[in-house]
Amino acid sequence: MGEKVAIVGVAQTVFRSARPEVNYGELAHEVISRVLTDTGLSIEEDIDNSISCSHDIWDGQTISNIGITDVIGGHLRNEEKMAMDGSTAVYYGTIGILSGEFRCTLLLAHTKMSQTRPNIVNNVAFDPIYSRRLGLDYTSAAALQATRYMRRYNITSEQTARVSVKNLKNARRNVHAMVKRDITVADVLKSPPLADPIRELDAAPDCDGAVAMILADETLAPRITDRPAWIRGIGACYDAHYLGDRDLSECMALERAAQRAYAMAGIQDPASEIDVVELGDVFSYQELLWTEGLGLCERGGGAGLLLSGTTQLDGRIPVNPSGGVLSGVPANVMGLNSAAEAARQVMGSAESHQVPTVGTAVAQGHSGFCGQHHCVIVLGNES
Amino acid sequence: MKRNVAIIGGGQTRHAARRHDVNQVELVNEAVRAALEDARMTMEEIDTVLLGNMEFFEGCHMTDCWMADGSGAYGKPGLKITTGGTVGATIVCAGAHHVASGLFDKVLCIGFEKQEEGDTGAILSGVAHPLYGRSMAGAAVGYFAMMATSYMAAWGAREIHSAMVAVKARQNARKNPYAHLKLDITIQDVLNSRMLAYPIRMLDMCPASNGACAMILADEKTARDRCEKPVWIRAMDSAHNEQFELDWRDVTTQKPIFSKVSAARLYRKLGVERPADYFDVFEIYEPATWAEMVWYENLGLCEPGEGFRMIEKGMTEIEGPIPVNPSGGVLSTNCIGASAMLRVWEAALQIRGDAGEHQVPKPVRRALTTAYGGTNWTVLMALSAAARD
Repeated sequence: MGEKVAIVGVAQTVFRSARPEVNYGELAHEVISRVLTDTGLSIEEDIDNSISCSHDIWDGQTISNIGITDVIGGHLRNEEKMAMDGSTAVYYGTIGILSGEFRCTLLLAHTKMSQTRPNIVNNVAFDPIYSRRLGLDYTSAAALQATRYMRRYNITSEQTARVSVKNLKNARRNVHAMVKRDITVADVLKSPPLADPIRELDAAPDCDGAVAMILADETLAPRITDRPAWIRGIGACYDAHYLGDRDLSECMALERAAQRAYAMAGIQDPASEIDVVELGDVFSYQELLWTEGLGLCERGGGAGLLLSGTTQLDGRIPVNPSGGVLSGVPANVMGLNSAAEAARQVMGSAESHQVPTVGTAVAQGHSGFCGQHHCVIVLGNES
Repeated sequence: MKRNVAIIGGGQTRHAARRHDVNQVELVNEAVRAALEDARMTMEEIDTVLLGNMEFFEGCHMTDCWMADGSGAYGKPGLKITTGGTVGATIVCAGAHHVASGLFDKVLCIGFEKQEEGDTGAILSGVAHPLYGRSMAGAAVGYFAMMATSYMAAWGAREIHSAMVAVKARQNARKNPYAHLKLDITIQDVLNSRMLAYPIRMLDMCPASNGACAMILADEKTARDRCEKPVWIRAMDSAHNEQFELDWRDVTTQKPIFSKVSAARLYRKLGVERPADYFDVFEIYEPATWAEMVWYENLGLCEPGEGFRMIEKGMTEIEGPIPVNPSGGVLSTNCIGASAMLRVWEAALQIRGDAGEHQVPKPVRRALTTAYGGTNWTVLMALSAAARD
């Protein structure tokens, strides 16, 4: 990049299964006011534009950024909404600052999953002609992906369960996490089945919450914070929509998104150059598959990487030290939360789940069932 | 912007109330193919694909994911933005940001809506606040009825003036092969049309159309190498509006409102003092006839209260001194996610001199476009035949 962009502040709500005392605008206000206070910035004086990630269909309101226009500082100003995972706000916000149009951008992602029935929302993401009437939702589609992936590489349910064990244990150190439990592989295998081979403890719980973040250009960032998290690379990619058009044991879109982000960041060997990863583990098997897509190991090597201890909190490349999505992060919010957690690792502000000596962190988010669209953000402590 | 950005190609579908011959993916593909052909480009050359569409309107979640085959996004970077009726222009702004950032050279921007597959009136009632506004929601017609009665009361305009706007739009549309409502109507036809919410009649409102628009934006080098008549994006501005700030309904309000604020910022960026002289043609987003007259005033094409005099004098006809919506505008074609992009694409066609029968009969060098959506949101864009103007 000719010029640099940095994350200069993040704020997260505590994630809870339901937040009936606030509407989504009030939920958004919690994190927006906090990130402004923390950074000492004024929404009117300092913020040039804002980008939010949410979906009308989750929010129950047509053109749902109407419900946050006031709190995000959109009145008579530039405000945009992306109906995608929150990671894409970081991606698009970075592009906006690199374009020279903006210098300081407020990002937001919010969802109240408690307001609706996720399987109905997810079902309407399937095309209305061929797939929707099969009754698929994200969990049943993920079960197809898990089956294909696990059979191809001889991965067992015990192995995928170890992802849940690791992440829920990590969550015990994270004050924002919802599910913090010391569980065993046996607990996962005993939990109620959702769609074979996925069980309740293999899947992220539904919850409510929001995350806000502020991006700034290279002149402003050092004035706002002593430890900005510099955005060194960004990448995104779409895969095909129809499940039958894809080999679900591979993640082409993530591989390409990661390649773009790494090329921009000058990363040649991700397995040795990346210090920590926060990724979208909506289901336990996805953490294994996404680590392959991110190039931390060979295709089919995700389970081996986990079993070697490399991705443990004290391993060489800790994956999801925050506890990840499995510990409870709302849909759409998860990618922005991953970026916020990766930024906190780089800024050294991850408190009890801080990984020692983080130079380079990677955040990943995905939109659509079985990860049809992926977005990768590379952060670093040096510009 | 750090790099100049040009429109090097575009295309639109045939717009109609019924497009049973295509599904949503095929509709998008029709516009994408037209844009690629216009730019003499293959899909392989496109660096990224950006899509604008309203998910609720057709009852589909994650439309960008379903569209991946038809939009060409498969295997490419891309994203989806949803900002209501403004989204078509927001996507063009996003495209310009992508090119200006230096990360992408050739960007495909797409806006679409297939309204026949949803119930837009019902969905737009969902714009109102679920606790305070939804029980009295009147969708778009109700909002514009309030604006229209305020306009009539404040300035002395009459129904005949809105009828003149309605006739101009549909007569212009007859010259545009892609337009939806190509109606050979008279002022009397408008005044005889069914009353929806006083003073808005059937022919005062935009139709519910199916359609898509696609545009290809590029950096200066690509534009000069590949395009004979690039059209340059000189400036853009976006202003949204808080839901309960309803001053816009009173056309005499002295408070800052979205359209005036945005126009003032855009003009300042370009040093425009007399927009009616600076720009040669306007493509504005007028969901209702009365909105067009209010736009004339808020864009500074005339004094407040003089908008209806402009239409009375024929100043905004195709052959008039300040042509507005030679394409027939949104009153003739409203495929929501595409409507604001169609304004930009039609303005680009005017600058290229490629608008065919609805080409303005004077030299066109600069154009201004507007968008309209959400709770009074807009995106303004200034185009020019020259990169440095």
